[in-house]
Amino acid sequence: MAAFIIRRTLGAVIVLAVVSFLTFCIFIVIPGGDPAERMAGKNATDENIANIRETWGFDQPFYVQYAKMMQNVFSGDLISYTTQQDVIAEIKRGLPATLSLAIGAAIIWLFFGVLVGVISAVTAGRWSDRGITILALIGISMPVFWLGILARYYLGPENAGIFPDGQYVPLTENPVDWFYHMILPWFVLAVLFIGFYGRVLRSNILDSINEDYVRTARAKGLNPRRVLIKHVLRNSMIPIVTLFALDFAAVIGGGAILTETVFDLQGVGQYAARSVRTLDLPPIMAVTLLGAFFIVFFNAIVDFLYAYLDPRIRPS
Amino acid sequence: MAERLLEVKGLKVEFATEDGVVNAVDGVSFTLDRGQVLGIVGESGSGKSVTAMTMLGLTRGVNARFEGEVNYKGRDLIGMSEDELQTVRGNEIAMIFQDPMTAMNPVYRVGMQIAEGLRAHNSRMNKHQSRARGVELLRAVGIPNPESRVDDYPHQFSGGMRQRAMIAMALANNPDILIADEPTTALDVTIQAQIIELIDRLKDEFNSAVILITHDLGVVAEIADVIMVMYAGRVVEVGSKRQIFYDPQHPYTWGLLGSIPRLDRPKADRLHSIEGVPPSLINLPQGCKFRPRCPHAFEKCWEEPALENRVEEPGHLDRCWLPVEAKRNIREATISGETRAA
Amino acid sequence: MTQQATDFTLDTAAELAELEHGAIEGRSPWYLAWRRLRRNYVALASLVVFLLIVAACVAAPWYANNVAKTGPSSTHLTDKITVDGKQVDVISPGGTEPDPETGQLVIKAVEVLGPQLWKADGKYVLGADTLGRDIAVRVLYGGRNSLKIGIGSALICTFLATLLALIAGYFGGWSDWLITRVFDLIAALPVILLGIALGAALAINGFHQGPINIESGSLWIPTLIISVILVAYVGRPLRGQILSLREKEFIEASISQGSGPFRVMIGELLPNIASTILVFFTLIIANNILVEAALSFLGAGVQPPEPSWGTLISEGQERIRTAPWLTIVPGTAIVLTVVALNIFGDGLRDALDPRAKVRIEH
Repeated sequence: MAAFIIRRTLGAVIVLAVVSFLTFCIFIVIPGGDPAERMAGKNATDENIANIRETWGFDQPFYVQYAKMMQNVFSGDLISYTTQQDVIAEIKRGLPATLSLAIGAAIIWLFFGVLVGVISAVTAGRWSDRGITILALIGISMPVFWLGILARYYLGPENAGIFPDGQYVPLTENPVDWFYHMILPWFVLAVLFIGFYGRVLRSNILDSINEDYVRTARAKGLNPRRVLIKHVLRNSMIPIVTLFALDFAAVIGGGAILTETVFDLQGVGQYAARSVRTLDLPPIMAVTLLGAFFIVFFNAIVDFLYAYLDPRIRPS
Repeated sequence: MAERLLEVKGLKVEFATEDGVVNAVDGVSFTLDRGQVLGIVGESGSGKSVTAMTMLGLTRGVNARFEGEVNYKGRDLIGMSEDELQTVRGNEIAMIFQDPMTAMNPVYRVGMQIAEGLRAHNSRMNKHQSRARGVELLRAVGIPNPESRVDDYPHQFSGGMRQRAMIAMALANNPDILIADEPTTALDVTIQAQIIELIDRLKDEFNSAVILITHDLGVVAEIADVIMVMYAGRVVEVGSKRQIFYDPQHPYTWGLLGSIPRLDRPKADRLHSIEGVPPSLINLPQGCKFRPRCPHAFEKCWEEPALENRVEEPGHLDRCWLPVEAKRNIREATISGETRAA
Repeated sequence: MTQQATDFTLDTAAELAELEHGAIEGRSPWYLAWRRLRRNYVALASLVVFLLIVAACVAAPWYANNVAKTGPSSTHLTDKITVDGKQVDVISPGGTEPDPETGQLVIKAVEVLGPQLWKADGKYVLGADTLGRDIAVRVLYGGRNSLKIGIGSALICTFLATLLALIAGYFGGWSDWLITRVFDLIAALPVILLGIALGAALAINGFHQGPINIESGSLWIPTLIISVILVAYVGRPLRGQILSLREKEFIEASISQGSGPFRVMIGELLPNIASTILVFFTLIIANNILVEAALSFLGAGVQPPEPSWGTLISEGQERIRTAPWLTIVPGTAIVLTVVALNIFGDGLRDALDPRAKVRIEH
């Protein structure tokens, strides 16, 4: 148990270190644009540029720059190249919106995904199943941002007037408004996952129904509901749970960018998107590390969860 | 006179598939008395498992069609409602399957899976009682340390132990009939004998009847009273153990017997195997279904023989046109593998 | 059906035996799969839809020249066209005009010509955008780019993933360890961020390292980016499958007969994962089209003035109030294409699945 935790933590640290290094390399090596020039602006003199270079340490070898940046990340002293703002503070400001979006959408997609999957599997072949399958397929085929744009426009103040026109209202400020503003982004983000999870679960359930132990359960005379829940679902849900953990991590780690941008929620994702367009390395580094951290963390949780859910995997 | 528990009359099972209608079982009839062991023997595709599973309604589905009667203590199981059938399953008729590893749910403890079956049919039993009974059952099937084993998971048992646990699960509610579908196929030869012995012993202890399904005649040689040989969904021969082993009438049975190494016969160079493959159940051959593979087929075989008593001893039925005397002469030659398919 | 024994001669017997023998003959799994697929009308219809879309996009220049009579980038800010015999502005000029009720001067919004369908003789069938460009033409040309990137990246991604999975699965040991670490790493990186980052970075300057020289506007950039970031997604399941195949006896048999690694990988392992690869490939095309749209929408994919379905949606977003078709049309194109691919991919998977629909016990 302790060994597992130590091993995973070590592994996580290594992965994060490599991720940060890779990100750094990508931005220093590839663009070939000079950050000092960019920061100095259009009418800079050579002296300006040289000054900036020295102040910011752009003249140092890249591993020194890397070390300095990492130091800044952990000391909370990270400054954006373009806006000169404190990156960590900006991230903190955007985090509530991103977390609200991710957690809310996750709950919705898990609930409806399972519901849809079970109904579809139990009524396999009939119209309810076919209908759900068609809807699910359409759901996973729509670009999330396109759905978001259309939803915001057609359900927003301009037309149906059911929902507000995007933007984020902090939970602490006004819970009702917060909820009201989040519903549309939640569902838009969830649609894709509901479709996907519904289909995966349906497929798992139909597979499980053919398993030998389900046949045994029926042969024992158990009633169909018990067979479904305790035997079929218990086993079909295992992949769903692990998928869920990984998808949730991916959403926090950047998957929400599109939804945030479309609904103007000013979350971490939107901040990242802005920074990327201006090739502003510090925020990119910070957000990437945050995202990678969540992914690595949830990966470890998934492994742990798997051992709990499937006794065959436990070390005995 | 032992109590007649089961009477199967003209059972027919068909499955509609995208390739055509599969005639899995065609006109199977037999009876089963208390304390009796019926061995059903045949290759893959012979219909033996479908017959057994149909009795418990496990083959019911949109694609399945049934004809005939399965009469259990006066009630027809084929026509029975699903709810009523649930009270029979695992309670009055129990079934164990071939692979104990996949037949048990890997995520639940063995004790829980036994208790589940108990409480499904004894609603007044509480967790404590069902667990205690579980321990008792594990002990009865010969599992050492049942008090701790009852909390183990299936993957923590060895193959033989797992099958014993499955038997314990099946016998939990003292069923009248135990159906064992290839219970030893997935196990080592040495364990096979133990499991068969166990079934025999428990049959007496629990005063049940047993239907033992296998492709291996050697397995039923020990404990079967009546042996029914199936091929392509039909019964091709049925008789007492003695009749089948000492006076087999159907060339398919000869093939099965010939493929068992036996100490009471001269040693053959190779084990005799039946040539060819089992027929497609969708496009069955015309006439006798064994004809394409039978070394002794002749023109009359293009007409399907009826299952009749052709020998002197009653109760020994077969489906073969060959005259009995000629048969007995050819038989020895076939079993020793001297004749090949024409 | 009973016959008298005397009706059958040896000839008849032989004939019937022939018929029987034919019926027993085995069929290859590919033939069976093809038969199953042939019966799946919905899947086949979807394939046809997808191919039609591809054909339409391939025929973009023909459409541009003969029907719409304009190119994808040609602007027509001041043109007029004939609709139902009347002359209409493609882009109605703004300016001010007196409000009919109050008489006061109000600012008239700039209006863009909406979908004409067939009223304007083939021009602006799906409307115009803010620069007067023909949307139908742009959607077809955009489709070319989106499909090129989608299919191209799917090919590269599948090829790379298969190669890596085969090496990792067959050789095991440190090559497996290394490849798995690479997969884990790519998967740990926030994929979308990485895609945006690479896309934006390379979009400005292109990629000029060593012998590789890719210009900044090239379609290779999004194609390669998408291939790389999704390699792990395909590679990991493939590797898992190969690992379990590796243990099977027929592989051991082949190796003990002296088959070299190449022969085993290509001759034994590859055919057994071929159906998985095929299904993955189809579904990955669908997935990549969506990824490209997302990247282009955020400005990190296809660069203007080159159109792609994603950039078109991005362009349309600003004008959603007055010209919703600018957003609806390219989005619908994406949905149609991706749905068709998904349905076909599903049908393909069902057809290749060796599990029979009815389980017959013996």
